Amino acid sequence: MPRDPKKKPLTVEQKRYTEMVRDLVPKPPYLRNALLAFLFGGLVAVVGQLVTDIYRLTMGLTAKEAGNPAVATMIFIGAILTGVGVFDKIARYAGMGLAVPVTGFANSVVSAALEFKREGLVYGVGSKMFILAGSVITFGVVTAFVIGLIYALFII
Amino acid sequence: MSKKIGKQTFRPEKPPVLISSAAVAGPFEGQGPLKDYYDHIYTDLLAGERTFESAEKEMLLNAAFTCLNKAGKAPQEVDLFLAGDLLNQTITSGFSALELAIPYFGLYGACSTSMEGLALATMLVDGGFADLVLAATSSHNTTAERQYRYPSEYGVHRKPTAQWTVTGAGAGLVAREGEGPRITHVTVGKVVDFGIKDVNNLGSAMAPAAALTLVQHFADTGHGPDYYDLILTGDLGKFGQSLTIKLATSRGGFDLTKNYRDCGLMIYDTQRQDVHAGGSGCGASAMVTYGYLYRKLLQGKLKRILVAATGALHSPTSFQQGQDIPAICHAVAIEA
Repeated sequence: MPRDPKKKPLTVEQKRYTEMVRDLVPKPPYLRNALLAFLFGGLVAVVGQLVTDIYRLTMGLTAKEAGNPAVATMIFIGAILTGVGVFDKIARYAGMGLAVPVTGFANSVVSAALEFKREGLVYGVGSKMFILAGSVITFGVVTAFVIGLIYALFII
Repeated sequence: MSKKIGKQTFRPEKPPVLISSAAVAGPFEGQGPLKDYYDHIYTDLLAGERTFESAEKEMLLNAAFTCLNKAGKAPQEVDLFLAGDLLNQTITSGFSALELAIPYFGLYGACSTSMEGLALATMLVDGGFADLVLAATSSHNTTAERQYRYPSEYGVHRKPTAQWTVTGAGAGLVAREGEGPRITHVTVGKVVDFGIKDVNNLGSAMAPAAALTLVQHFADTGHGPDYYDLILTGDLGKFGQSLTIKLATSRGGFDLTKNYRDCGLMIYDTQRQDVHAGGSGCGASAMVTYGYLYRKLLQGKLKRILVAATGALHSPTSFQQGQDIPAICHAVAIEA
């Protein structure tokens, strides 16, 4: 018997049953989810653009310079919405539209911090805060490193 | 003579009596169609406690004490306390047993714990080891979600097959002598694996366990589905329920379309309350059995019922390591 459960072939009975389940169970409404994500994701982007423009015009920053405070502001909004318990209710409809922009990152960190605050600052908030966002950070850094390496070796 | 009949069923010589029961519900469950059958409905998920884990313990203790009070029994008179829940190391049950101070066995059968406890209580009483056994179980939406899934404020789409963990607890008191419905048969399930890996589709993972236990119960006892006024499964939800009906037909030729319902679907108004495929958790079958069904049995509205509680025996670790979701189901027959 192979030890890796992922490689274990399904028995005839299991195969028949999983097919039966697949036929019965409705697929998630992919089109509806995608359209809502497009709509809400676009809305987040519009708000982000608005914030960037405000920083650019009121503080005399260049468009590139205004990007950083704008991202921080969007993260702040995402965190506040999570804290007051609204984010997850909107995300039930918006799905990836809220998850992909930085607002989703803020939500994953703040929701975890809130969830584990009763385990204390060290064992709870401190160590569990990045339980969801940890993968994003890890692979974000790895990707940045690889891209940076390619850039340094071949482009400069 | 052995009390075992057929392959997996045990028949008590003198059927023990379910002399009392109690069920308590969380705020969301308290808005459901069975709200008049709970002994207490909490207005707050924290139940006045500091943490959700303590709240779940408070609910289990409340159900246990209410059940004892109704029977006029003190904890010292009870020989054994059998309890289990969904949390790591079954802390709800262990910490409740600390306060009840009754000799205690901790159980884990995931959502099948309600009937696992009742089945063992029956066997211990009929076996002559105890005169009075208290069986209880609980689940809490927030404690279960954080352990098995995501923080509660994390924003995600839920799949149509996802289920909603029930907040609440139930307890039943099994006695050698007394007035009340009697437990006539216990069918102990085997763990089965039908190849389902999706933790957002637990109803489908558990349906084969339910169907096989029910079919075995019918074969062992010679009672068909018609013998019972009502047959129930614990928390299969709407997809699990239809799969169980199909499998009972294909595996044993039994027709479950007439008198079979799922506790997870009875707790909520699925049109109005957004629970996707239905309720899940140890609380589902416990609250329906010890709240609604027990009263119907006392009133004589139901005479014979068969409760088959199902449990998914995976953990977040086994799931992340790519294992299938094994499932179990225990059935208990109760007759007024």
